[in-house]
Amino acid sequence: MKLYSLSGHPTLPCNVLKFKSTTIMLDCGLDMTSTLNFLPLPLVQSPRLSNLPGWALKDGNTFLDKELKECSGHVFVDSVPEFCLPETELIDLSTVDVILISNYHCMMALPYITEHTGFTGTVYATEPTVQIGRLLMEELVNFIERVPKAQSASLWKNKEVQRLLPAPLKDAVEVSTWRRCYTMQEVNSALSKIQLVGYSQKIELFGAVQVTPLSSGYALGSSNWIIQSHYEKVSYVSGSSLLTTHPQPMDQTSLKNSDVLILTGLTQIPTANPDGMVGEFCSNLALTVRNGGNVLIPCYPSGVIYDLLECLYQYIDSAGLSNVPFYFISPVANSSLEFAQIFAEWLCHNKQTKVYLPEPPFPHAELIQTNKLKHYPSIHGDFSNEFKQPCVVFTGHPSLRFGDVVHFMELWGKSSLNTVIFTEPDFSYLDALAPYQPLAMKCIYCPIDTRLNFIQVSKLLKEVQMRKLRPERRRDSHKVAQVPLHVVCPEQYTQPPPAQAHRMDLVIDCQPPAMSYRRAEVLALPFKRRYEKIEIMPELADSLVPLEIKPGISLATVSAVLHTKDNKHVLQSPPRPIQPPASKKRKRVSDDIPDCKLLKPLLSGSIPVDQFVQTLEKHGFSDVKVEDTAKGHIVLLQEAETLIQIEEDSTHIICDNDEMLRVRLRDLVLKFLQKF
Amino acid sequence: MDIECSRLLPSVCAVLVDPKQFVADDTCLEKLLDWFKTVTEAESSLLVLQENPCLTELLFHVVKLQDVNSNILSFTLRLAGIFAAHENSFQYLQQGEVLLSLFSEAGPLSRPAWEDPSVRSGWIQGVGSMVQHERAVQFLCDCGAIDVIFSLQGDPSLFVASTASQLLVHILGFTMHSRRAVPLTTQDCDWPVCARMIVGHIEESLRSGTVPQITQALNVLTTLFGRCHESWTEVLWMRMNPFVGSLLEKEPLLAAHSLVDLFLSMARPQTLRTKAFNILLQPLACVLQAASQPTGSPGLLDESLNDSVITDILLSSKSSCAGLLCQTLAHLEELQPMSHLLIDWPHVPLLSAVMTILRFCSGLATPASSVGDRLCGILIGCFRVQRSALDFLGTLSQGPSPSELIRGVVEILLVYLKSPDSSPTVLKKAFQATLKWLLSLSKTSTSSDLCPQTQHFLRDLFPILQKRLCSPCWEVRDSALEFLTQLTKHWGGRAGFRQALLSSEVPELAEDLLRDPESYVRASAVTAMGQLSSRGLCSNPIGTGSKNDEKKSLFLELLEILSTDSEGFPRRAVIQVFTEWLREGHTDVSKDKEQFVTKVLQVVSCDLDWEVRVQGLELALVFLVQTLGQHETECPYAVEMSSVTQSTQLTESLQMLCHMKLFDFIFSALCDCDRPVARKSCDILLYLKAKLAHHGSLQGSGEACTESLGTQNTAWLETTLRKWKARDQGQPSEVADRGDCQEPDDVLEVLRSVDLEGLRGTLAKSSDHIEKSPQSLLQDMLATVGILEENEADCY
Repeated sequence: MKLYSLSGHPTLPCNVLKFKSTTIMLDCGLDMTSTLNFLPLPLVQSPRLSNLPGWALKDGNTFLDKELKECSGHVFVDSVPEFCLPETELIDLSTVDVILISNYHCMMALPYITEHTGFTGTVYATEPTVQIGRLLMEELVNFIERVPKAQSASLWKNKEVQRLLPAPLKDAVEVSTWRRCYTMQEVNSALSKIQLVGYSQKIELFGAVQVTPLSSGYALGSSNWIIQSHYEKVSYVSGSSLLTTHPQPMDQTSLKNSDVLILTGLTQIPTANPDGMVGEFCSNLALTVRNGGNVLIPCYPSGVIYDLLECLYQYIDSAGLSNVPFYFISPVANSSLEFAQIFAEWLCHNKQTKVYLPEPPFPHAELIQTNKLKHYPSIHGDFSNEFKQPCVVFTGHPSLRFGDVVHFMELWGKSSLNTVIFTEPDFSYLDALAPYQPLAMKCIYCPIDTRLNFIQVSKLLKEVQMRKLRPERRRDSHKVAQVPLHVVCPEQYTQPPPAQAHRMDLVIDCQPPAMSYRRAEVLALPFKRRYEKIEIMPELADSLVPLEIKPGISLATVSAVLHTKDNKHVLQSPPRPIQPPASKKRKRVSDDIPDCKLLKPLLSGSIPVDQFVQTLEKHGFSDVKVEDTAKGHIVLLQEAETLIQIEEDSTHIICDNDEMLRVRLRDLVLKFLQKF
Repeated sequence: MDIECSRLLPSVCAVLVDPKQFVADDTCLEKLLDWFKTVTEAESSLLVLQENPCLTELLFHVVKLQDVNSNILSFTLRLAGIFAAHENSFQYLQQGEVLLSLFSEAGPLSRPAWEDPSVRSGWIQGVGSMVQHERAVQFLCDCGAIDVIFSLQGDPSLFVASTASQLLVHILGFTMHSRRAVPLTTQDCDWPVCARMIVGHIEESLRSGTVPQITQALNVLTTLFGRCHESWTEVLWMRMNPFVGSLLEKEPLLAAHSLVDLFLSMARPQTLRTKAFNILLQPLACVLQAASQPTGSPGLLDESLNDSVITDILLSSKSSCAGLLCQTLAHLEELQPMSHLLIDWPHVPLLSAVMTILRFCSGLATPASSVGDRLCGILIGCFRVQRSALDFLGTLSQGPSPSELIRGVVEILLVYLKSPDSSPTVLKKAFQATLKWLLSLSKTSTSSDLCPQTQHFLRDLFPILQKRLCSPCWEVRDSALEFLTQLTKHWGGRAGFRQALLSSEVPELAEDLLRDPESYVRASAVTAMGQLSSRGLCSNPIGTGSKNDEKKSLFLELLEILSTDSEGFPRRAVIQVFTEWLREGHTDVSKDKEQFVTKVLQVVSCDLDWEVRVQGLELALVFLVQTLGQHETECPYAVEMSSVTQSTQLTESLQMLCHMKLFDFIFSALCDCDRPVARKSCDILLYLKAKLAHHGSLQGSGEACTESLGTQNTAWLETTLRKWKARDQGQPSEVADRGDCQEPDDVLEVLRSVDLEGLRGTLAKSSDHIEKSPQSLLQDMLATVGILEENEADCY
């Protein structure tokens, strides 16, 4: 069992698992933090951005000044933003059989994989994941395509040149593999390869393994996956949440009895409690609006925004904000708000029951109805006519590099009355703000990440480790087989965050210690497969004559031919060596087994030393001496210069060239053993 | 005992001893005992016994019965105890040896009924009641009852065990108290026999080495030293000192909690106190060490900390760590007020320790060892410890703290106030601790205004308060408002505070919370705004007239809450604020008090919440006192005015009060179906009556009046009020518009006619006083078993 790590981002994973002749890609996350190195794409011509000075080397060389611009001491690439793709060289991606998607944030690299690597397999994901994932991709393509940029910078990527650049450009990894955004056509083609699945649905892969999505509680349709064969179980936990928000709660019980747990997508801000952050978000929003300022919330078009709108729905009256307009601007705003309402079966219990009343599960429907929340595809068109200040604007993209948010940053950045509140944890807010400096606007960082924190992980691991005994291990029922759970996780989870080196509570704490991986690393998982299920054909089974060797345990020898096809193993009766004469009378099956005579009988049982010594004495060996050894006993026949070494699983008779004596002794030993 | 009860008593006693009759409701027996207790305290218990021979018969009878119901047996034991508490009754009962058969070892102890804990409880309570005189103590010693009490200390029933231990304390205290005159030494022979027995038993238990016995003995000592501070207890302590001391030296420490309790109950001998105190300090010392406070700063404990037991408990699990720290902090908090008694109360190291705990809890502390690492992991985000630590931090504001530590306290408080992760309950504690520190800071500053350090604190504090007032969590908004109210109450007059407050948005935010969806928050906002307005810190003047401004005046806003809010809390808060404004002479109210009071009472009179109406009456009283002056008796040095001027003034005042419909309100309140309202109204009217006593018209203008003086009840008043109303409605409109529905004469007539004193007496009784009478109790008991005459007919 091997794991290939194609992404270094712990919450945007892309791993490939080789397990029992199948090659399974787990998620397809796209690391978009690379875009922070680029200049924002303004929707409206921005004199400030277009007049930024070009960057010159220390020696005054200006050959890069067309590609690199300087803003408040930071250097940015003036080009279409590019993304850092998952590793494509580590493994031949055309050999990937299936891709399992756990949530809509973890599928953003899908078009790069399915369209450009020779991938011919199937992608599995739940319906909300696909629909909302499509919205996210559509928004991304739209944001980038609607601001065409003539220039595509490539000079700076030259390794020799990159060395000369200031940080963070200097340290950016594998810039040569960075790619521009895909097209809508590629998105559609990629999504067409997805097969929809429901929670707890069992999907057979080539008869070798079965994969099953489970609710992970993080987002609409988000899943963890179980990959299991008859005797092995691998759980893939990615982006899970135990908090009560809008999605169905996490299914923890089905993760029990796992042999390997691949753990990704924990909270990116383990020190911030989401409830506290929501409080912070609301108070800062209220204080800004009261003073006549505007609030800008850079966000994704789906996910936390639903919860924030729900909080605000309850909050605006108490805070006296009933008359403040809320705007949600995204090319997919309308679809996102409506999709949320129709995926009832994927919602938490409370919201599901609302559907039967019938009421919309999310209160944002009421906000829209009462005109408190308005949504627009873009700042152009209706919005510009209806726009009133002070107001609250939700818009993308959280990186602040493209999308309508760029316009609002330029528009409101100069006034200290306004506030930008960062709620999405994916991007460092300081980096996101860098090309807008100097900035008068207030900045509040309230990252809301509902994914598991380390305390929740340790509880989860305890839960998962409480194992039931499996049937094949139940032979010694008094011995509880504690088979260890192997936890595999990104290396970031095995050491405290660099800024809080003393916080040893911010690591995964388990026994045996978690195995960690980093980008472009291959892990051989320490888990050995020990069992395989084999079917016995009925007529062969019928021929077996079990012999009880211990109460409740019977054995039989089998001679058969093993057929293996489609990962299924079948034992069939061996072909008869001599064709029997044609006879209509059916012979007894036992006569058909030809090779039995060739086999020596198998022995079982143990030799009680005292009785054995008595038997020896009865047979005329008078000088028997017994010595205890670490593994058993040695019986010494001093006169005959012979020793019999009796151990748990072997017995040796050592005598000097006296075959007669050896045979005699052997027969005495055999008296104590059962044959079959 | 009244005759009717005496008549019923024999039947009741017969029921009690009749095994065929079963008193199902044992609360009857409890009530019966309560009644006997009051009876024997009020009159001669001996006389009661002699006049009601059925009682003594009852005792005798129960003693003789073999299969007596255990409830009845228990009752009898307690009843005997109640009578035996009086020496003459004791002797009377002793003559018949009934006490001996009830309380000696030959009594119920040897019967199967003793297995029932209620019987043992009855026995011990009976003995407890009896110990009021020397003879009883002597009797108990002689009949072996003391040994029984010793054995009952370990009774499986916790109630019995704890009563037994308290009884020992009581007996010991009583015996020693009555021998007060004799100076005492630790020598055994000086002590009374009974005390010798008890003390000997305690010593033996302390030596026994078994935890339950040690615990019992320690509990007795704890209760004793907690209750009794006479000089003999010091001698007793000298006797106990070596025994307790040797307990402390044992490893592992037996009955540690009981030891701590004992030391908390007494803070005497230095060596032991220090040892006990050190046990309390160990967990904190361990925390300090884990965070490695810079060397040189004084530690909590002089000897290096090597108690692995404490460290092990601290680190074994999250719950035990939190438990131990919370317990330690709570004990220390209890001790702090006594810190002046402790010579070496380590104020500064304790402050450092509690701050370190708070830093650990918020992830700020840098651990210095593996113990620290583990503590850090355990304590981060632990609300329980945060709350206890903040409580203790608040308590430590009472004490001399070096300024660099104060800076640290301010920092850590700001961290907790600011942190989005502080839970509402933690935040509330943080606000409380902040208030205590702020107030203690201002106490130490010599100038009249706030010291620069406090000013600085306030500058950081107000933005936080602003944010908290906008919190989506109502508990947070509520505690922020409470904090604001308290701070304003104390510092409303200080320029530095006023400046900081007014330059923030806090007053406006608080005002907005008057319209909060949560009623508790509205109530707190009302109180806060009332306080701000009193101190002139409110942006809106409260002028009673409505203005042309868009914004309503605060008074109108509060009045609207009073008349329309669906919840009681905000309305109660409003009327309290109004009363306070009137009482302290709020400038805007003083401009037109009459109109203010009229408007408020008009709204209050319709309120459904009796607390609001009572508070409304309080407002009326304040106004009356301000108009008519204090009770004469309350103000002996007041300048006497001539009776003529006084009379004229009174008439004018009465006229005005009538005009304000004040009496309408007070009289209706007298007829109120809620007793507290009627009582309050009655009190006001009695005040008025006293005030108007010299007024000519109240003294009665003719014979007819004198006859009716003070004989009418509220029914009459209701009819009269209705009559007046009808009269008003029948009047021509211009008269009705004038609003003076009553004439002063009408008021005086009421004051004259209604039996206010009698009414006050009736109202003072609880509404179920008839049902609670002993006669009713006896009747009930007979009724349940069908003895009462009127039920006999039903037998057919």
